[in-house]
Amino acid sequence: MIELHDLTKRYGKTLAVDRLSFQVPQGVVTGFLGPNGAGKSTTMRMILDLDRPTNGRVTIDGRRYGQLSEPLKYIGALLEAKSVHPGRTARDHLLWLAQSNRIPTRRVDEVLALVGLTPVARKRARGFSLGMGQRLGIASALLGDPEIVMFDEPVNGLDPEGILWIRNLMKRLATEGRTVFVSSHLMSEMAVTADHLVVIGRGRLLADLPMPEFIRRNSRSAVRMRTPHPERLLDALAGAGIRPEPGPGGSYEVVDGDLARLGDLAAAHGVVLHELSPQQASLEEAFLQMTADSVEYHAGDGPGRDAAGAPGVWGAGWTADGTRQSAAARQEEN
Amino acid sequence: MTSFPAILRSEWTKIRSVRSTVWTLALTFVVTVGIGALLSLLTNNNFTEFRRSDQSPFDATGTSFSGIMLGELAIIVFGVLAIGNEYSTGMIRVTLAAVPQRGTLLTGKATVLGAMALVVSVVTAFVTFFLGQALLGSHATGLGEPHVLRAVFGAALYLTLLCLFSAGVTTMLHNQTLALGVLVPFFFLLSPILSAVPKVKTLAHYFPDYAGSRMLLVYEQHGQPYGPWTGFVICLAWTLAALVGGALVLKSRDA
Repeated sequence: MIELHDLTKRYGKTLAVDRLSFQVPQGVVTGFLGPNGAGKSTTMRMILDLDRPTNGRVTIDGRRYGQLSEPLKYIGALLEAKSVHPGRTARDHLLWLAQSNRIPTRRVDEVLALVGLTPVARKRARGFSLGMGQRLGIASALLGDPEIVMFDEPVNGLDPEGILWIRNLMKRLATEGRTVFVSSHLMSEMAVTADHLVVIGRGRLLADLPMPEFIRRNSRSAVRMRTPHPERLLDALAGAGIRPEPGPGGSYEVVDGDLARLGDLAAAHGVVLHELSPQQASLEEAFLQMTADSVEYHAGDGPGRDAAGAPGVWGAGWTADGTRQSAAARQEEN
Repeated sequence: MTSFPAILRSEWTKIRSVRSTVWTLALTFVVTVGIGALLSLLTNNNFTEFRRSDQSPFDATGTSFSGIMLGELAIIVFGVLAIGNEYSTGMIRVTLAAVPQRGTLLTGKATVLGAMALVVSVVTAFVTFFLGQALLGSHATGLGEPHVLRAVFGAALYLTLLCLFSAGVTTMLHNQTLALGVLVPFFFLLSPILSAVPKVKTLAHYFPDYAGSRMLLVYEQHGQPYGPWTGFVICLAWTLAALVGGALVLKSRDA
C-alpha cells in the first residue's frame, strides 16, 4: 500500500505539493485526478524517490522507496512515455531493466507478448509510435510482476484503440488483486476506469472517496423551465409543493424533477413555456467545479463556462474532509 | 539493497546495446592506431629531415603514440555518452526507479565504463606501439628498453582515466550536450593552448590531461614540473574528484 503523510514539495516560491496525505487502497484502480499543473507528476516522482520531498514522507508497504530491495518487484511505474534510448531495441531496454532487479530474462519475453510488442522486440525504439512507446513503458512497469502499478497519464496522445487497451489492462490488473494508481486530468477517463478517486488541485487534496460515492453525490439531474410569466409558473409550482432553484437567463430548475409531470402542471395552469428541458450534470462538470479555484490558468472567465451549461452543477464542492460547501457560497462564486 | 553484480550486468547491457557508445570506443582504437602508424611511417621515411634541428633523444614510443591526442577525444565522448544519454533521453528516471541507491548505481556505472575503457585502451596502446615500431624500422625501440613498458601502460591508463573523468563531469552537469560542449573544447583547445602560455602554464600543468600524459614519456623533458608517477597521481585525483562530485550531485538532486 502507498501511504502519503503530509507530503510537501516546494520549488522556490511555488508549492507544487502541499501537505498531501492519503492512502492508495489495495486491489483497486485509484484515479489520481487534477488539472494540469496540480502536482500529480511531482507526487508520483516523490513516491518513486526520484524527487525529494521538502517535507513529509511516502511509504510503500511501510518502507521508503529507497529501502526496497529490487523495487521493480514491488511497484512498477510508467512516468513519461519514451524514457527509452532511441538507439536501443525494445528487448534490450527491458533486458537491462530486468537484470538490474534480478528478474529472469524469460519475463522480458513474457511482458513483450503481454503488451503486443513481440513483433518489434528487436527493433530500435527510434521508430516507435507514441502508442508503441507507451506499451513499452507499460511492459517495463509490469516486468517485476509488482503488486502495485503506477501510471502517469497513460492515455495521453493515444488513439481510441490504445485508450481502450489501457483501460482494459488496468481493470484486469485490479481484478488480479493489484493496486493500480493512475493519474489523469480527464474526469471522463477516470469515470470509466477508477474504483476510487483522489482529486488534487494546486498540490492540495480536494477529495478522497470511492467512485460510486462521487457519482452518487455529483450526478443529480434537473428539469429546466423557462417562461415569459415567471410569477404564474412559481405559483403553479408552489401549489404542487415544488421549490425550483433559479437557473441561468431567468430560467428555473427543478432538481430531480419529472419532465412530463412538470409539463402537465404548466399546461394545467395555462403557463406558456419557452423551454422545458432535462439537465444532466456531468462528472466532468462536477470535477471542473471542484477544481475551479485551484486551476493555475483559467481559459477565460464566466461566459464560456455558462454557455457550456455549467450552472447545472449540483453537489459539487466537496472538500477534502467530506463537508459540503453551502449553496450560498457556491452561488457567490458563480 | 539491490545486488551490485546485478547492477554491473545491467549497465553492461546498457552500454553494449547502443551503437553510439560502441562506435566511439572503436573510433578510439582506429584513430590512435591509425594516426600513430601514419606518423611513424612518415618519420621513418623522412628521419634526417625531421630530426635536423632536434637535439633531444628520439622518442620512438612517443612517435607511435602521436594519435593519442585525437584518440582521447573519442574516449572522452564515450565517457560522456555512456552517462549523458541517460539524461538526454529521460531514461535516468527509469534507471533510478530500478536502482534507487544512487551511490551504488554510479559506482556500478563507473566500474563497467572503466573496465570497458581499460580493455579497449590496453589493446589500443599495445597495437599502436607494435605497429608504430614496425613502421619506424631501424629507429624503433622495444618494450624491454627503459621506461617503455611503463609508457605503453601509461597510455592505456591515461585514456581510461580521461574517460572516467568525463563520466564524472557529465554526472555533475547532468546534461549530455553541456558536457560535450565543456569537455571537448577544454581538452582539445583550452588545455593545450594554456599549457603553452607563460605563467598560465604553471596552472595548466596540473590539468588532468597534461598530468596524465606525463605517464607516456620515456625521456625526461626539459622544464617538466614532475615525473610520470606524480602525473598519474594528479590525473587519478582529478578522476576521483569528478566521480565523487558526480555522486554528490546525483544523490542530492531531483531526477
